[in-house]
Amino acid sequence: MSELLLELADDELILGWRDSEWTGIAPFLEEDVAFSSIAQNEIGHARAVYELLARERGTTADELAFDREPAEYRCSALVQLRLVPDWARTIARHVLYEEEDERRVKELMSSEDAEVAGLAAKIDREEAYHRIHAQMWAERLRGEPRYEAALEELRPLVSRRDGTSSEFAGLWEEMTMVRRSVPGAAW
Amino acid sequence: MIWEVFRQERKGQAFAHAGSLEAPDRGFAEEYAREFYGRRAESQALWVVPRDAILEIDDFVDELERNYHRVDGYSLKEKLKEARERAASGTR
Repeated sequence: MSELLLELADDELILGWRDSEWTGIAPFLEEDVAFSSIAQNEIGHARAVYELLARERGTTADELAFDREPAEYRCSALVQLRLVPDWARTIARHVLYEEEDERRVKELMSSEDAEVAGLAAKIDREEAYHRIHAQMWAERLRGEPRYEAALEELRPLVSRRDGTSSEFAGLWEEMTMVRRSVPGAAW
Repeated sequence: MIWEVFRQERKGQAFAHAGSLEAPDRGFAEEYAREFYGRRAESQALWVVPRDAILEIDDFVDELERNYHRVDGYSLKEKLKEARERAASGTR
């Protein structure tokens, strides 16, 4: 269970990070705001799950999120990819991720651990809007060769968790840079 | 396609114009309206309307200056003041 939660939190943190790379440069202003908001929600979900895990493991959410070595992250190959400025692949990832995430969150909602089930239900209520957003884009781009090719390309990565890539290492450098700059600082 | 968004802050209150947004269809308009005007729980309800659906009328003329048709055209405050003064001094 703890491993599944860590996978979830790492996926949400890293996808939130990658999606936020579109802030300010999305195809149009409304989508910029909407997609940035989704990115922020994902990081919010990561935070909530890390907090739950941190209590279990006697550590803090920040330490779990930012103080591990790159090889210790459990996120899928799908979320690690840097896809800016390719909107077709970004939407393909969004659609594939939301499908998989729905399965996982629904499973957690029926967990015997009431705290896990409750948190999953909360996350699910927000994810419902992400799914609507993903579905609308899926319908809009259906049949577009670039989008369809991206779906084929990315589908195998959804459940691939065989370590972190060099692309992830770059993200990790940036993501943990500030914390590493002042070791032990209380922010 | 431009959509106009009207926002109701509390149940029972009138909807007020909140702003506009650009979206290709109803689905996206709903998504973006939720995002722009609803995600901070600042709205009880929204009306999202294609701008083309709004009939705008703004060519009112008042060439004869019939300002007594308007509530601000007839200063009741001044008249009341005069009447009170007359009543106080006993004149009619």
